[in-house]
Amino acid sequence: MSRHVDAIVIGGGIHGCSTALHLCLAGLKPVLIEKDYAGRHASGVNAGGVRQLARHIPEIPLSIRSMGIWEKITELVDDDCSFESHGQVLVAENEDELAVCRARVAELNALGFTHEELIDAAELRRLVPAVAETCPGGVVSRRDGAANPAQTTTAFRRKAEQLGATVREGVAARNIRYSDGLWHVDVGSESFAAPVLVNAAGAWAGRIAADLGEPVPVETVAPMLMITSRVPHFIDPVVILRGRKLSFKQFKNGTVLIGGGHLATPYQNRNETVLDWKSLATSAQTVFELFPVMRSATIVRAWAGIEAKMKDDIPVFGPSSRHKGLYHQFGFSLHGFQLGPGAGAVMAELIVDGGTQTRVSDLGIDRFHPSTLQQ
Amino acid sequence: MSVAPKRDDYDVVVIGAGPAGLAAAATSAEAGLSTLLLDENIGPGGQVFRAISSTPVTDRNQLGADYWVGADLVQSLRASNAEVIQRATVWSLDRNLDIAVSIGGASAFVKAKRVILATGALERPFPIPGWTLPGVMTAGAAQTMLKSSALVPDGRTVIAGQGPLLWLLAAQILRLGGRIDRILDTTERGNYFAALPHAFAFLTSPYFAKGLSMMREVKAKVQVVSGVTELAASGDGQLASVSYVAGGKRETIPADLLLLHQGVVPNVNLAMAAGIEHRWDDLQLCWSPVLDASGNSSVAGIAIAGDGAGIGGANAAVVRGRIAARAAVEALAPAAAANLPAMATLRSDLAKAERGRLFLDTLFRPAPQFRIPSGDTIVCRCEEVTAKDVLDSVAIGATGPNQLKAYRRTGMGPCQGRLCGLTVTELMAQARGKTPQDIGYYRLRAPVKPIMLAELAAVPKSEADVKAVVRG
Amino acid sequence: MFRRSEQDERPQVQIFVDGVAVAARQGDTVSAALLASGQDARRSTAVSGAPRLPYCMMGVCFDCLVTIDGVGNRQGCLVPVAEGMQIEIQKGKREIGK
Repeated sequence: MSRHVDAIVIGGGIHGCSTALHLCLAGLKPVLIEKDYAGRHASGVNAGGVRQLARHIPEIPLSIRSMGIWEKITELVDDDCSFESHGQVLVAENEDELAVCRARVAELNALGFTHEELIDAAELRRLVPAVAETCPGGVVSRRDGAANPAQTTTAFRRKAEQLGATVREGVAARNIRYSDGLWHVDVGSESFAAPVLVNAAGAWAGRIAADLGEPVPVETVAPMLMITSRVPHFIDPVVILRGRKLSFKQFKNGTVLIGGGHLATPYQNRNETVLDWKSLATSAQTVFELFPVMRSATIVRAWAGIEAKMKDDIPVFGPSSRHKGLYHQFGFSLHGFQLGPGAGAVMAELIVDGGTQTRVSDLGIDRFHPSTLQQ
Repeated sequence: MSVAPKRDDYDVVVIGAGPAGLAAAATSAEAGLSTLLLDENIGPGGQVFRAISSTPVTDRNQLGADYWVGADLVQSLRASNAEVIQRATVWSLDRNLDIAVSIGGASAFVKAKRVILATGALERPFPIPGWTLPGVMTAGAAQTMLKSSALVPDGRTVIAGQGPLLWLLAAQILRLGGRIDRILDTTERGNYFAALPHAFAFLTSPYFAKGLSMMREVKAKVQVVSGVTELAASGDGQLASVSYVAGGKRETIPADLLLLHQGVVPNVNLAMAAGIEHRWDDLQLCWSPVLDASGNSSVAGIAIAGDGAGIGGANAAVVRGRIAARAAVEALAPAAAANLPAMATLRSDLAKAERGRLFLDTLFRPAPQFRIPSGDTIVCRCEEVTAKDVLDSVAIGATGPNQLKAYRRTGMGPCQGRLCGLTVTELMAQARGKTPQDIGYYRLRAPVKPIMLAELAAVPKSEADVKAVVRG
Repeated sequence: MFRRSEQDERPQVQIFVDGVAVAARQGDTVSAALLASGQDARRSTAVSGAPRLPYCMMGVCFDCLVTIDGVGNRQGCLVPVAEGMQIEIQKGKREIGK
């Protein structure tokens, strides 16, 4: 016998947890199903960047919506998520890169977006005194920042449960099917049924979509990160580079996180990744050149989280183009963490109200499969 | 002095030059396999044969005959063609058998057809109040200093805990003229009865007579308090006193040095980081790798020998090293295996070496109050997280060691859980009414030892990596 | 806390601890030499500033972290002393970029 709920959310990452939480706020009783535990993969082990900076234009409205939630995150989840806002800075290493930055900011301004701001060498040095002196400037997004991803995802999960979501961890959702106007999902010995199903299964979401007849061009990747031992405070904003793969951030506790998208080899079925130290060495070399003070810092740990990357680098977000009551929320392509709070809010609006004021139409799965559903 | 490996790939790479590693590397090299032995210490020997080639303690009676066995193992190794690199810290091993090793401030990568992990044991965490105070050390630490530098305690010294090593150390300190004020024996009284059924095997093992005579030697000179049920160290920035409860009576004695020991557990960090499956051992109260009879792990090509395969002691470690090496020879050069001792012979040697182990494991199974602390007692020394901090996190939703990292930074400091992992698992298991196996352990990752950014930056990169630097 | 046994006949090696000359013996690790010196060799932690001395002496506890010849966060229990070696006791978070 199936237990009836208002919605079934598959995936306990930041996105599934946020959607479950926002559905609860809208008065629904969802079930959240996570095969491992909330935040086990990319959502719990990413770089924690809370970044509007350097985003693909189609996802900027969602990012801005999310930023508003981040700034009041404690009110939403009763946990500060270690969110700190010291801005994010994109560094141009030479004049050519600065010219690209200038064009980008002009393009955004023309579209009415003002969160990215071109900065010169002097302002760059003021924001990031430790950066190599040869860098001529860059772009800043001043409201951006960073949070602790595991703490954040856990907080969303906890709050969703407090507000009435049923949470099932450690058992995978199986046998997803639609009958009699309801979605049915088996979870171990239990079964749930609901009019709404949200596919927020991260690296595993592509398979679910394909099984339901909506395959999309997605691959599984595992971006690597490494962290240093505690060093005295020397940098406030998160720094990313224009030309090379690097993101760089110092936490309040003094540790410095080094990332940027070099990839490990994922073994998805084993929940395992094998790191590529020669690529991490490239990251280390970039830091060595950009931040001379970091040369004698010690790397204490490195890891990689498993996640989904779309061929076009933007997520799949919104209603299915084939099935009534099915919604997709995956494929965030290495930049989904900041979007999580806003995406959950917008997804709840799509589900409950049938629409949203936040422009997400460019993110739909209908870019791969023209919709066969009647509007 | 510090030399990089001569080749990029080897038939066999052995990691750790303790009893298992020495035996494994010698066996593998004698059979003609290209063999590299990497060891982190200044000289070969591991912990049990620490400083075997350099100890200033020249009177052979002081360290005992069991110690000098190590000299023969080193002799055999040197007679073989094995390439040996000391002060070589392996910081990464993965399921492709790619090994990253730091030698003299530079990192090298080598590939192996077979890896034999012989990373041995470390002393079980002993999380009592005040165990982070300067002046509180492990018994093994004192023994290391005694063997390698002929250093002995000379202040007011208390030794507390249980197990064979504790008595051996005490005897060695006394033989070298060091000072011991009191020994506090924490062996649970009930363990004597529990161990009784296994006593026959122990009585007929070589441990028995040696152990008994050593305890007599120590008890003749030092006051020994048995049945200790509580233990705490205190002092202001430095150990000042040790207090304990025995037979329901509390006593506090002034002390400059407290040496703690409650057995050893497998050093699992490199094996776990390589993805090798481990299971909780309910008798030895630790994680042990899942291995077949030849020491092969769940990762193809990686075998584990010695105490890292589950605590068995030095004699068993030597045999396990030979078994793992023989298995490697059988796989890579079957013809050469004919010249090695038969597997059946080795297995019977192992059974002999392991005799009495069950008795020791049962008798010296540490009491819960010395494994599972409470209140303000520090659990994670690196990040200074207390038992109460852990329990508070459990109360608000932390379900296991990895989830706990989101609440507290347990296990995220430089020691990577070596000194807190077992405590965290057992503490969370108790708090949540689950088994340690259900609760699990930290997911361990390379680098298993910290590495300097400049050293990593200097690693040669492939052409593909350099191209990938330019963002697509 | 510790003293040297009379039978130790290894040659002396001079090292410097925060600039002060200390007599060690060839084959000592940095940590053993510090503990044998009788000097206050307590580091303070990067987290709370609590004082610590080496705990395990076998490379697993990281309480022996020390700056050796300008390179910080070295495990003193794994590094042998050398003539003229400069040791600095780490207090709190280690300054980088020196």
